[in-house]
Amino acid sequence: MSTDILVQIYVFVLAIFVGFEVITKVPPTLHTPLMSGSNAISGITIVGAIIAAGSTEIRVATLFGDLNITAILGFVAIVFATVNVVGGFMVTDRMLKMFKR
Amino acid sequence: MLQSVFIPVLYLVSAVLFILGLRQLSHPRTAPKGNRTAALAMLIAIVSTLLVKEVISFHLVIAGVVVGGFIGAVAARRVEMTAMPQLVAMFNGLGGGASLLVASAEFYRLGSQIPDFTFSAIANSIFIGGITFTGSLVAFSKLQGLMRGAPVTFSGQHVVNGAITLSVIVLAILAIQGSMEMPLVVLIIIGLSLLLGYLFVIPIGGADMPVVISLLNSFSGLAAATTGFVLVNNSLIISGSLVGASGIILTNIMCKGMNRTIWNVLFTAVGTDDDGGTVTEADTYQAVKSYEPEDTVVIFENARQIIIVPGYGMAVAQAQQMVAELGKVLEAKGVQVKYGIHPVAGRMPGHMNVLLAEANVPYDKLFDLDDINPEFEETEVALIIGANDVVNPAARYDTSSPLFGMPILDVDKSQTVFVLKRSMNPGFAGVENELFFNDNTIMLFGDAKETVSKLVSELK
Repeated sequence: MSTDILVQIYVFVLAIFVGFEVITKVPPTLHTPLMSGSNAISGITIVGAIIAAGSTEIRVATLFGDLNITAILGFVAIVFATVNVVGGFMVTDRMLKMFKR
Repeated sequence: MLQSVFIPVLYLVSAVLFILGLRQLSHPRTAPKGNRTAALAMLIAIVSTLLVKEVISFHLVIAGVVVGGFIGAVAARRVEMTAMPQLVAMFNGLGGGASLLVASAEFYRLGSQIPDFTFSAIANSIFIGGITFTGSLVAFSKLQGLMRGAPVTFSGQHVVNGAITLSVIVLAILAIQGSMEMPLVVLIIIGLSLLLGYLFVIPIGGADMPVVISLLNSFSGLAAATTGFVLVNNSLIISGSLVGASGIILTNIMCKGMNRTIWNVLFTAVGTDDDGGTVTEADTYQAVKSYEPEDTVVIFENARQIIIVPGYGMAVAQAQQMVAELGKVLEAKGVQVKYGIHPVAGRMPGHMNVLLAEANVPYDKLFDLDDINPEFEETEVALIIGANDVVNPAARYDTSSPLFGMPILDVDKSQTVFVLKRSMNPGFAGVENELFFNDNTIMLFGDAKETVSKLVSELK
């Protein structure tokens, strides 16, 4: 196994532990904003989507002629992930402002 | 220099900010700042990606961000707080869908030179992403009422699901060995994972939705993390894992709240339709005490402390504002008002808390199960609004009840229990609630919002 892959696995395992430590401290009253906020964070896939939609000139033969499948998939992925990111952070902000003493 | 050092450092900064942001979510006072910190982290990650040298064309990127940003902003502004479970289900699904699409895109971009590890990561990412996508769409449809909330079951369901999972693993191995064409295998895995997501959520009933949404939330994070393995991008791995961990914690809390294991929730269909009911109605109505709101005023006015227990019925009736109003009126009369919230009340973790916060109930009046339970014995009135299974005393001792062992709110220990309910129909678990027949229980039949508003005007 290459060191690259090992490092990725290290990062993955350690990040899960950090996540457990940090999120256990979130009180039940904030569990809905935690979900919508973490939802927005999972929109990080947008990073991969941008690379897919913005990077290739490769064209692939399909039934509909030569198409850049990677770019098309990347574009749809950007739309999905941006809804997640923008919608997620905005609705979380809207909710958190309601919690008052 | 820019490519090899600057961008990785920016990704690291973004990962650190995500963690700090989540940490600030641990208190309502710092939480809004935490959310903005996480949003800043996302912005940094996006800008860094635009600087990556492989990204050479920006048309599609800009178009995608504009379209997605518009849809997201409108959804976030317009959504009713009662519809948060649906919105979160939809967002979970889109996150999973995006991971599936990115992994597939990367597969076509790499062409024929795919390392074994990358291919297994792609297969994984498509599999988890696909399940999350269709599973969340089914959860959304059930919550939105587009699909019946009751479990849909057929014989051999688990065998079929197991066979699908197994075939995905076998297909991926065959493709890596070279005995099957990779492009064909990728298409089959996409199809199978989308099918599995659907099959996996249809047998799960409405009351188990908090578990399913938490689990799908976890999946959407894990899908992003596996996409990070595909792209060799630590930023995705870290952020995805944080979300994965968060979802697992919430899933665990929800399961404990029902005293069921995750396997039991996923593989045992529990629940009936909303209008389900097995007993002859006339008999049960005679066996309970039922008052009109105006008959209850004296009891409320003489109470020292009352505990309001909200459930999904409050959300359905959109009664949260009226409930908060009732709380204020009672406090003006010198009654101490507290809210007791069960972990699985509503359709997602923290659902009731958000509704009450929207109605301007201060968060220090909202209490968890463990904190409020010792108080019921010293409480004159417990007011149950649209909750049922979470207050069923049978959970304590009746080993034959499906609710047995579930931690419940001890409302029956207070002097008087008022239950606001539309009718005598059982809760989502389909179980008769003996609480309603207790001597100290008084039923107030009718729409929760109307009943509470009558109480408010009687007490004013």
